[in-house]
Amino acid sequence: MVPISYYLVLSGVLFGLGVIAFIFKRNIITIFMAIELMLNAVNLAFVAFARARNQLDGLVFVFFVIVVAAAEAAVGLAIVIIISQNRRSLNVEDVNLLKF
Amino acid sequence: MSFPVILFFICAAMAVLGAILLIVAREPIHSALSLILVMVSLAILYLLLGAEFIAAVQIIVYAGAIMVLFVFVIMLLNAGVEERTSWSKMAKYAGMPLAIFLLLEIAHWVWRASVGAKVANGAGAAQAAFSTHDLAMALFQQYLFPFEATSILILIAILGALVLAKRSE
Repeated sequence: MVPISYYLVLSGVLFGLGVIAFIFKRNIITIFMAIELMLNAVNLAFVAFARARNQLDGLVFVFFVIVVAAAEAAVGLAIVIIISQNRRSLNVEDVNLLKF
Repeated sequence: MSFPVILFFICAAMAVLGAILLIVAREPIHSALSLILVMVSLAILYLLLGAEFIAAVQIIVYAGAIMVLFVFVIMLLNAGVEERTSWSKMAKYAGMPLAIFLLLEIAHWVWRASVGAKVANGAGAAQAAFSTHDLAMALFQQYLFPFEATSILILIAILGALVLAKRSE
């Protein structure tokens, strides 16, 4: 059996890479994908802990996370389309109405 | 090394490679394809952990539905090469130290948690896979109310997407 700590380390690494992508990328769609990557990393930790404690509840939470991610992707991509129609650009630097 | 450990390392390497490619790629479509690589290798890891239903849902919903939506929007908006701009002062002096601090903190807590998890892991090292039947029982009995609440969430998401798409005309 693979030790649970291996999965947790992989989950942490993937989450960190997601944070780095979120900070470094300038394309609004890619930033959205970085959020999905972080959600996936958290799901892996949930399943690993469910296996470690041999309880099903972690899997139910993963199910709910996937549902919320689907809803978020639908609404978020609609917002991305609106932004690109209004600003003629996908660069987040151009969306600076709330920036001081 | 046994077969599951080798499979774990292959899938973990694929997942980390996909995540790095997501950061390095200049074209959004390349980022999307590398994210699909991450999701498929995570699905294999879920199978390795015995969560068959979650692995199937990961492939169908994440790699199937959500990523198709992403690729569709990238094609629709004709997203080209991303332009690089210089960092803002905020990102340089506040963001990067905070990001490094967050990574160190995650590493610390994973280390702490893995010490505790080894004890729990030793108790039931050879477990059977989680059965989909038990998962359905938990979902429709213990977690019935959250399950129904997610249906309302999905309904609101559909309405929101419709309103946003309608207003643009």
